[in-house]
Amino acid sequence: MSDDLDFVEEFGVNPGDPLVQRPGHVSHGRFERVLRAGHFAVTTEIAPPDSVDPDEVLARAKLFDGYVDAINATDGSGANCHMSSLGVCAILTRAGYSPIIQFSCRDRNRIAMQGDLLGAAALGVCSVLCLTGDDVGAGDHPEAKPVFDLDSISLLQTTKILRDESRFLSGRPLDAAPRLFVGASINPFVPPLENRVDQLAKKIRAGAEFIQSQYCFDIDQLKRFMARACDMGLHEQAYILVGVGVLGSAKTAKWLRSNVPGVHIPDAIINRLEGARNQKAEGRRIAVELMQQIKETPGVAGAHLMAYRHEEWVGEIVKQSGVLGDRKPWAPEPLDSTIGVVTPLEEVVDSITGTDS
Amino acid sequence: MYAIRRWSSRHARGLERLYKATRPGILSGLRLVTRLFGKRLDRPITATERLLKGALFDCQMCGDCVLSKTGMTCPMNCPKGIRNGPCGGVRANGMCEVKPDMRCVWVDAWNGAAKMEDGDAIKDIEFAVDHSRVGQSSWLRLARDE
Ligand code: SF4
Repeated sequence: MSDDLDFVEEFGVNPGDPLVQRPGHVSHGRFERVLRAGHFAVTTEIAPPDSVDPDEVLARAKLFDGYVDAINATDGSGANCHMSSLGVCAILTRAGYSPIIQFSCRDRNRIAMQGDLLGAAALGVCSVLCLTGDDVGAGDHPEAKPVFDLDSISLLQTTKILRDESRFLSGRPLDAAPRLFVGASINPFVPPLENRVDQLAKKIRAGAEFIQSQYCFDIDQLKRFMARACDMGLHEQAYILVGVGVLGSAKTAKWLRSNVPGVHIPDAIINRLEGARNQKAEGRRIAVELMQQIKETPGVAGAHLMAYRHEEWVGEIVKQSGVLGDRKPWAPEPLDSTIGVVTPLEEVVDSITGTDS
Repeated sequence: MYAIRRWSSRHARGLERLYKATRPGILSGLRLVTRLFGKRLDRPITATERLLKGALFDCQMCGDCVLSKTGMTCPMNCPKGIRNGPCGGVRANGMCEVKPDMRCVWVDAWNGAAKMEDGDAIKDIEFAVDHSRVGQSSWLRLARDE
């Protein structure tokens, strides 16, 4: 699963220019290159702003500079309204970042989704994460109509058909097919535990080339899951990135566990936070340890660090964990040496990092 | 009804046997009816299917029945309409993320499938429902090979 390590970080004159697609690759994106080169990849998540200001997106992304290989743009996560993942990804792509566009089946039917997949690819997006999506009742518009015309597996197949068969679901041919590296999510930590590996296998068969998991706070469970996945050879068919969460306090952890569907946090973690003098620091230490343990787990290709409302900690956690070794992921260069990079205003960075820390 | 639906997925093995035993008869019967009456009896046949499968499985008449592949559990009762479940939101006690009082349809489906002879069919990928067929009879479609 690896090819040459060189040129992973190469880019064009303008940071937003597409890279050259490597032989054997399905996209021209940097994220796929990092994984196929055999590196342990680190991805994170950006919270799309409630705003039309592109600087806000760039300021949020800047927090991750030099520490992550790709940035997931969430798609109305928790069924709350924010800037679209497509908008966020277009802004990030122009600055040279490698965004992963999250596509949820909750809000769009198959006509809209295929159109947006083409639109995203046309705007330079190279990676897509196919999700079924949360229930609308969980968010700030519970009166909205849940669409769910497709589910995540049908969406994976749809993306593959657009890309590999260069046609719509209807059969109508495309003039140019989207070059997208296709991903899916898994949650090995909730019932039916015995069948979660089958679900992973199904997603890979439907077309998933990379996987990002839900929060992992239970390394033993992860090890059992990965051992079965490796037995079935699934780690050789897709790059599996394991989700890491950052807990600010025992209270947050308890709230997450009982209010956010699919979050499994063992009592041991909560007790550890409760017993700590500085719960915030302990939360970060837990994340650092999880990153290290995940890297040691056979079959794992990377970590997906989700630090909702603690984005400013991402760099520190990645650095302390040492999972990148001496590799430094690509980041935009300062304004004077690169054409076309928009450097976000300092005040915007401050206003984001200043909150809730 | 919820209780009967749960009973059906618990007894997936027996229902599978019944299905396998009666399927050829039902299909040839429907073919005969089609030859004799054309499409004139489609409405009562569809209504019968709705009644029977509705009682046993809370069938939603999606028009593309997969019960025999999904542990005798109708996936259309999943609030997200997932045909390849479960989602990642299943509660620790096996209940549905969206409806906490309902057992996750796909937890029942995988359990039901584990009891069935051809239970591995649940691993097949099902593409999303064809909405132009919703409300139509899956039996007639099978019989006529449409
Ligand atoms: S928990 Fe189960 S029934 Fe509920 S939405 Fe998810 S897959 Fe469907």
